[in-house]
Amino acid sequence: MLKLGDNFISSLNKVYGLYTLGFLGFVILMAILEMAGVSNTIIGWLFVAFTVLIYALIGVLSRTMQSSQYYVAGREVPAVYNGMATAADWMSGASFIAMAGGIYLNGYPYMGFLVGWTGGYVLVASLIAPYLRKFGCYTVPDFIGTRYGGNLPRVCAVIILVVASFTYVTAQINGTGTVASRALQIPFELGVWIGLAGILFCSMLGGMRAVTWTQVAQYIVLIIAYLIPVFWMSNKLGYGLIPHLAQFDAVSRVQELEGLLGVKELLPTAEAQAEAGKLAALKVGINDASATAMANWKFFTLVLCMMAGTASLPHVLMRYFTTASVKAARQSVGWSLLFICLLYLTAPALATFTKLSLLDPTVATSIIGKSITEVSNLEWIQQWSNVGFLKMVDGNGDGILQVNEFFMRGDIVVLATPEMAGLPYVISGLVAAGGLAAAMSTADGLLLAIANALSHDLYYKVIDPKADTSRRLIVARVLLLFIGAAGAFVASLKLTSILGAVAWAFCFANSGLFFPLVLGVWWKRANKAGAVAGMIGGFGVGFWYLYMVQFGGMTPWYGIDGLRFGMIGMPVSLILMVVVSLMTEEPDQETQDMVDAIRVPKGKAVLAADH
Amino acid sequence: MSKQIEHWGKTKSLLWITLIIWAFFAFIIHLFGTSLNGSFPGAYYMAGQGAQLAFVILTFWFASRQNKIDEEFGFSEDD
Repeated sequence: MLKLGDNFISSLNKVYGLYTLGFLGFVILMAILEMAGVSNTIIGWLFVAFTVLIYALIGVLSRTMQSSQYYVAGREVPAVYNGMATAADWMSGASFIAMAGGIYLNGYPYMGFLVGWTGGYVLVASLIAPYLRKFGCYTVPDFIGTRYGGNLPRVCAVIILVVASFTYVTAQINGTGTVASRALQIPFELGVWIGLAGILFCSMLGGMRAVTWTQVAQYIVLIIAYLIPVFWMSNKLGYGLIPHLAQFDAVSRVQELEGLLGVKELLPTAEAQAEAGKLAALKVGINDASATAMANWKFFTLVLCMMAGTASLPHVLMRYFTTASVKAARQSVGWSLLFICLLYLTAPALATFTKLSLLDPTVATSIIGKSITEVSNLEWIQQWSNVGFLKMVDGNGDGILQVNEFFMRGDIVVLATPEMAGLPYVISGLVAAGGLAAAMSTADGLLLAIANALSHDLYYKVIDPKADTSRRLIVARVLLLFIGAAGAFVASLKLTSILGAVAWAFCFANSGLFFPLVLGVWWKRANKAGAVAGMIGGFGVGFWYLYMVQFGGMTPWYGIDGLRFGMIGMPVSLILMVVVSLMTEEPDQETQDMVDAIRVPKGKAVLAADH
Repeated sequence: MSKQIEHWGKTKSLLWITLIIWAFFAFIIHLFGTSLNGSFPGAYYMAGQGAQLAFVILTFWFASRQNKIDEEFGFSEDD
């Protein structure tokens, strides 16, 4: 059967160029079908089926039985393509589906996520990734285990990795379920399992190699799907060709409207809010910069936690193990960030233009200030109220819709924008395919990070060091299957919102792993006892704090809530690691030489290519 | 060995410069959000676009500077 050959790497530009053209051709074909009168349901199905089949095909073609291919894609991924794959790996359902909605509903304070989720890459490039690439590890616990020596640090790192990544992956599988159930009009639980099947097809046979090449394909779909509607809206509303430049006039207009419509004065009545449940009304201005010390502190802590989390999440770091050299790993971080910013710089523009389409009375699609009966007759309002994503409650009983009477879920901003702004259905199908690609690509990377840590670090390094390659790769695949199923099961319980779970994962990772990783490279004196104390202490205290704030009824200290508990875990981890390291013996000469070796790109990797 | 120490010294000073620029765009600039807002939405701009562009440029700049340091000491992979 067909398989990707050795010349695949040299023809990447051609392959992905053709793929992009093919995908655009498919979108045009769908537009023609829509004009020919094919129903929305069929177009939705075709979008999902076509894209998922392509990913699965790439996954099957990339199958491998070599461990260096399975764990690190043969270390031959060019910097630019690794950048694209990392961007897809990184941008999850939360970035694609929830981010613009978050900016829409929560305004300026929420943009801390935008700053944190991009600036973290500066830390990845300067503090960690190139050194781990030189080290030659397969997984993040592989570095911790070898640098600090012994099984205890390795096992601690595996536990933190599993908790952080599993929290994250349930959110992603939840995201695939949401999108699949909407696009295919099937129950959410079924959507979750269908999403999982697609994810496993992409990663089971080819490991990191398959995930890399499907993620590149998924990036192309998701970025096209995110950009087209925003460009369309910016032009349709008459603000200009490029939304990224045109959005600032729109922001000024939105601020004007906020004053006219009383966005910050008109708050929902208690009864209306109770009726709307978890849905939210617009209460915050789009450009209300932090004015108080507390607001500044909350912005600062959110940015810091997200940045340190970025630099310690294993599924991101392991992407840089696949480049051909240390130099390429460093450049690849820049490419990743550039590709991520293509989407992140668009999210605020999307939020702003959506706000304008709904609030501005001079725009035909606006709903605020119109009669509630008129608005309820709109097709998109009906569709999304049916699935419980929005609700109108006439708080003052005057029959006119005010800002404090329109309740929605943030997710709707991306998913429903094409319908809100009156764009053709083909755009909605495209957005669904993009959201699915975003959630699937992140879930792929996370599942692989977990399964690889368990198979390589726990099974091979700790339990059965004599296992041969084929046995190890079979164990890795069986684990992937079980973890995927467990993730889908937890996701189908719908425990937390997408965004809450994602922020938790960042704080788990930075509480437990940030300092052991950074100091492992930058501080030779850091030793095993210190690293273990830092991991257990930081992660343990962070976990305890999250539990107390979220479930134990404790009042958060100084505004450090569940999204920011890394502010508690990280200092504990740093202090314990430094103090315990200094109180115990310094690392032996062999370890110190190892640290010297990873600090220069030249020379052999610390771990052999096929360890 | 002294070559290695000098290389690491230069690497460390590059790291500090990078981290100072990073901290400026990550934290400091956003403390002045209210003063950035005038007829142009400056706070929105810095949090939604300016900081991100600065990070992209900073990351590529860092990569090229670090490569130059590695080459200068003959520590790059191509040597």
